[in-house]
Amino acid sequence: MNEKQKKSIWKNDGFQSILAALFCIIAGLFVGYLVLLAINAKGAGEAIVTIIKNFFNYPTKPAMLKYLGNTLVKTAPLLMCALSVQFCYKVGLFNIGAAGQYVAGAGACLYLALALHMPWYVCAIAAIVIGAVDGMIVGLLKAYANVNEVIAGIMLNWIGLYTVNMVLGTVKESTSPYTLAIASENPNAIMPSMGLSSLFSNNKYVTIAIPLAVIIAIVVWVIQEKTVLGYELTATGLNKDAAKYAGMKEKKNIILTMMIGGALAGLGAAFLYLTGYEQWSCTQSSVPAMGFNGIAATFLGGLNPIGTVFASYFIQHITSGGSYLDKGIYPSQISDLISSIIIYLCGFVLFFKYFMNSRVAAKEEKNIASKAAANKEDGTK
Amino acid sequence: MDTPYAIEMLNITKRFPGIVANDNITLQLKKGEIHALLGENGAGKSTLMSVLFGLYQAEEGVIKKDGKEVKINNPNDANDLGIGMVHQHFKLVQCFSVLDNIILGVETTKNGFLQKDEARKKIVELSDKYGLKVDPDAKISDITVGMQQRTEILKMLYRDNEILIFDEPTAVLTPQEIEELMQIMKSLAKEGKSILFISHKLNEIMEVADRCSVLRRGKYIGTVDIKDSTKESLSSMMVGRDVKLVVSKEEAKPKETILHVENMTVASKMHHNNAVKNVSFDVRAGEIVCIAGIDGNGQTELVYGLTGLEPLVSGKIDLCGEDISKLSIRERAKNMSHIPEDRQKHGLVLDYSLEYNMILQRYWQPEFVKCGFLRRKNIRKFSDKLINAFDVRSGQGSITTTRAMSGGNQQKAIIARELEKDPKLLVAVQPTRGLDVGAIEYIHSQLVAQRDKGAGVLLVSLELEEVMNVADRILVMYEGEIVGELDPKKTTTEELGLYMAGAKRNIGGARS
Repeated sequence: MNEKQKKSIWKNDGFQSILAALFCIIAGLFVGYLVLLAINAKGAGEAIVTIIKNFFNYPTKPAMLKYLGNTLVKTAPLLMCALSVQFCYKVGLFNIGAAGQYVAGAGACLYLALALHMPWYVCAIAAIVIGAVDGMIVGLLKAYANVNEVIAGIMLNWIGLYTVNMVLGTVKESTSPYTLAIASENPNAIMPSMGLSSLFSNNKYVTIAIPLAVIIAIVVWVIQEKTVLGYELTATGLNKDAAKYAGMKEKKNIILTMMIGGALAGLGAAFLYLTGYEQWSCTQSSVPAMGFNGIAATFLGGLNPIGTVFASYFIQHITSGGSYLDKGIYPSQISDLISSIIIYLCGFVLFFKYFMNSRVAAKEEKNIASKAAANKEDGTK
Repeated sequence: MDTPYAIEMLNITKRFPGIVANDNITLQLKKGEIHALLGENGAGKSTLMSVLFGLYQAEEGVIKKDGKEVKINNPNDANDLGIGMVHQHFKLVQCFSVLDNIILGVETTKNGFLQKDEARKKIVELSDKYGLKVDPDAKISDITVGMQQRTEILKMLYRDNEILIFDEPTAVLTPQEIEELMQIMKSLAKEGKSILFISHKLNEIMEVADRCSVLRRGKYIGTVDIKDSTKESLSSMMVGRDVKLVVSKEEAKPKETILHVENMTVASKMHHNNAVKNVSFDVRAGEIVCIAGIDGNGQTELVYGLTGLEPLVSGKIDLCGEDISKLSIRERAKNMSHIPEDRQKHGLVLDYSLEYNMILQRYWQPEFVKCGFLRRKNIRKFSDKLINAFDVRSGQGSITTTRAMSGGNQQKAIIARELEKDPKLLVAVQPTRGLDVGAIEYIHSQLVAQRDKGAGVLLVSLELEEVMNVADRILVMYEGEIVGELDPKKTTTEELGLYMAGAKRNIGGARS
């Protein structure tokens, strides 16, 4: 009955995830540094520090706070996309379509805000619904026609992008490809700040979206760990044959999961565009990276909703930090390059965990072996 | 350098994370002998053979061929040393002919064209010499399992292998085919081949082997001469204690009909034919009905049809007087417990904790749910209760990850969960597969206890011994049909074998 005290901290799953994530971050920054060195050896050290410092690059505290706010504003949608990917991944589905669900959500909330002049909560609900519908299509195809969710998701990403470009073309500025500014066109559609902006040197883009995203992460964690729904969905993800054997409706679970995943990503778009921080460019020809970065944040976060909160912040932190690089020395893509290197290494989180586990097991075995040997000696004495 | 041994594995130790699969094991195979390797599942037989075959490298110990130390780094090295293996699951290309399969990888060619005539001559010679009847031009998919196995043996002989490993070769054979195989093995040994025969079937070892090495839980127990041993002595070496091989049970007192199946037809996932064809039978309260048959004759699909894992093509199932053929899996499970054939595929969510697996068939009940939230305390209590009642052993009790448990205890967990439901009908599919003798004994006694409590038990088994010992009534399945109903007290293993092979039938047939 000494089960508790014997458990080594190295075997603790949470501890492992954090350690593995730190490994990846350090390795990623190091490789990023090497790339900077290769491009221009002189400024590399300074450049990598600039990236890590992000908003600390500003001299005054109010400015720092303001730009911390900006980073957080973009963290909220990233976190939502990461949660979308994480939720589906738990059920064994790889939701690469989060990017498309995010696009669909952006289209829905912007159209309602700019064309129909709806208040922000209606726009947000529309984003949730359209994201869920997008996810549902993938889920239906997966459940009933056994179409791989990755294929269906990628196709829908493009369908979504061009549809949204077309729909939002009706509410764009006449002289630019960008959609009208919500703040001037329909201030009702801007999410309320509830005084949060004053904490960030009156950064008007800081809204309740940020705390809401964190709360949703906690809710996702509770659903997965504490509820029957989570029990069923996780069981389906881990072993769908056993789920079927236990009488779970496997098809229903797949569709429901994709719908929830889609809703999360769709709401993520609302969390960005309903702050007015960005306008949609109706001529963009690539799916916004937010959904794909969500995949990285999910893995860096150790496939845990709470871990995802921190991972999303980190990824956004270095992405924002990259924009402060000296564009004269380094091409503007360098920040994307470095964050993608780190993101790429995020995939190794699971590998590091595996590595740690086998080390722990080998060590334990040695202990047991030496104990057994000691016992033997005792016996002979 | 003169040594009586063809191959020696000395002090082999192989570790995996968490376990020592082989702990200082020594195995010496004499030239021209049949050497049995006996051990329960998980005793380390497969690991040891994988080391010999170059699939794993041992951490400690040496392998000697004809007294010379050799390094076997991959299966090609093993092949070069003349070591061949018939795997439990044959490695044959289904759409190739017997001849093509035999020469696969060692084809004789001329200017890039196959020269099959020479090969054919050699194969015919070999098959005559050892009595291995095969048709070189038949396709693998068209021939019997027994002939497929002979093809595998010819593959080894064609490559001039001197050391032949048979990995549980009799699991898929009928009694008649087993008898033939034994003869073949004997004649191979007489011709100077050295044979390693992996098995946990004592009868076969007693019949064919010269010596026997026993492994238990990764440890080497000893090597004995078969002529100085008995079945009982071998079994106690294997298990570590004396075990009863006979199930003690009273005469069955069957009562009302629990399960009535009428003209059930179920499609197969593997091929387009119907795997279960127009099958009708009854199971009554207080009896154990055993479905016997060789693997792959529709037993799996029959159970899928009963439990709802596969929809019926046609037919009717009455359980306790209620037609369940259209009901969902969960509705059927109300009166029926199902110990599935594959405990890791269907029976358990391996990465869930033991307690989560214990509630797999009732997690939706109010005892475990409140407003959509799991009631952890009740789950723990329920799980602890089952663990105690059924003596399920695991590292950390309820919170152990099921994957970390031994096969026997995984099975016990499933049995605990399914029996706790107090089912009217218990469907148990190969419940003892891969378990050690102690666990088998326990599971058989549980089946009998369920029967005596008044449940109907439908047992699907591939093991003849189990069929004969446990059943009150035997139904034999052959090619998707029930071809015979037998009384275990009035029949013999030989007769049962004839039914299983389709050579005899006393039900249906002429009618359709």
